[in-house]
Amino acid sequence: MVGRWRDLGLAVLGLMLLLLVPVFGAPPAIRDFIMFGMAYGLLAMSLNLLIGYTGLVSFGHAMFFAAGAYAFGLAMQSGKFSIPGAFVLAIAFTATMALIVGAICVRLNEIYFAFLTLAFQMLFYNIILGWVSFTGGDQGLMGGIPRPKFLGIDLADRTQLYIFCSIAFIVCIAILRQIVTSPFGYTLRMIRDNQERAAFLGINVPLVKLACFVISACIAGVGGILLTLFVSGAYPNFGFWTTSGEAIFMILLGGSNVFLGPLVGTVILRLLNDITVSYTSHTELVLGIVILVLVLGLRKGPLDLLAERWENRRQAAAQAVRDAADKDAGKGGT
Amino acid sequence: MLKLENLKKSFGGVAATRDVTLDFANGSLSAIIGPNGAGKTTLFNLITGRFPPDSGRILLAGENIAGLSQRRIVRLGIGRAFQVASLFPTLTVAEALAAAAQAHQHRETVLRSPFPIAATTRQGEEIMELLGLTRVAGILSRNLSHGDQKLLDIGLALALEPKVLLLDEPTAGMGPEERWRMIETVQRLWRARGMTLIFIEHDMDIVFKVAQTVRVLSYGAVLAEGTPDEVRTNSKVIEAYLGKSAHGAAA
Repeated sequence: MVGRWRDLGLAVLGLMLLLLVPVFGAPPAIRDFIMFGMAYGLLAMSLNLLIGYTGLVSFGHAMFFAAGAYAFGLAMQSGKFSIPGAFVLAIAFTATMALIVGAICVRLNEIYFAFLTLAFQMLFYNIILGWVSFTGGDQGLMGGIPRPKFLGIDLADRTQLYIFCSIAFIVCIAILRQIVTSPFGYTLRMIRDNQERAAFLGINVPLVKLACFVISACIAGVGGILLTLFVSGAYPNFGFWTTSGEAIFMILLGGSNVFLGPLVGTVILRLLNDITVSYTSHTELVLGIVILVLVLGLRKGPLDLLAERWENRRQAAAQAVRDAADKDAGKGGT
Repeated sequence: MLKLENLKKSFGGVAATRDVTLDFANGSLSAIIGPNGAGKTTLFNLITGRFPPDSGRILLAGENIAGLSQRRIVRLGIGRAFQVASLFPTLTVAEALAAAAQAHQHRETVLRSPFPIAATTRQGEEIMELLGLTRVAGILSRNLSHGDQKLLDIGLALALEPKVLLLDEPTAGMGPEERWRMIETVQRLWRARGMTLIFIEHDMDIVFKVAQTVRVLSYGAVLAEGTPDEVRTNSKVIEAYLGKSAHGAAA
């Protein structure tokens, strides 16, 4: 229970920090950076629920990011929905899509799972490109996303939009935190560690994986909605495989075994991107080198490394307890 | 409690289990022995639903469970520990047992309360107490010694509160002293839980000392069964399994 209160406190603190940014009148560039970071952060964090916690390496996660973005954008452009209505609709659409894709994919393991998710993503991407009359094709959703007032909130106002996104972001992170610290979260870890044994303890492995897949997709969908609100449009590259690849990079750059690792990775990736882009057009080259150094040098994300140190220390303490107990038992025996 | 009737299973042309009929009484402690490739582990795989038998019946408390899914069979009360400990490497002993207990209590999808739930922690602690694992509660499964890994594997099966517990070579890979400690633990938990316990074992000293009944498998069929003394003096067993020299030693 203590952990829950601490997490809640941290969430409130995080939200306050985010909200302080406009209060102190930070330059728009920083606010924009944070808004992008929140949208892509949700993509990476939700993907890590699959990769880091459940051992399901999905290469197609960006399709749900795009699904949320397009469903929300199209609903708003139709003029029939309020923002909360379109929000709920977009999540429902993403969830339905994840349910169908997941039901087909979760029974497959490792590389087959990865490739099938990639294939579905390409299918979705090509539908977006091909269905020009509905999605605008490679132009994306043009003409802006209308942002009518609701409950006295006006998202056309930059500050109000920022506050709205911050709250949605923190709520999603809190939901993810709740999941990974719950009994369900430990069921996910069991499946990641040893799914055969998990099944042998009576766990319905495919069903749990499917539930995790859908939850994760919905959070990615929220990320897509935030991005759509922010850029006032939706573009096919939201759902292109490179976006999924970026999300995996973010997880690698931060660390998959620490809860907030992917978020740190998001900040690093976006910083790298923004800094290098002002010096060279070869941003991918710089990014590639960084990834290589991480993969070949550290063999894990920087936060993972710290977490491992911490874990090793705790393990040493636990082993000292055991050795002391064994010594006592040995004495008792003789 | 557990009855096998005319159980058969072949893989390709190889008959791994040939017409096995065995009856394990409620609350009994029995051993299954047999040379390598005799079909001992296959028998466990059939009982636990890893794969279905080609024909025959498996009766758990009178109910036929042959052909049911592994998950159903677990839920009906057959637990199993593996020859090579099958664990969750990144979970500590306490976490793994609480997680196994929550699966047994149908709480594996709870989202509302934080892990671990009090009731599952308690069950996990009881198991650690019983198996002498309390001293390693905070150690990650992957960092445990071989012996403790085997114990944890049994502990995971115990978390299911099984009516029938199958142990596939609980002493595999252990030194002589550790073996006896292990088998004492097995005996202790059998008495404490009053369940039907079946174990596969290669060490004859252990088998003859501990088991109430011994079943001998050879080439997938039941060669002999009876009390340790009956099996020890059974000429077929001596010839097929223990060898002539063992006969001399036994006599």
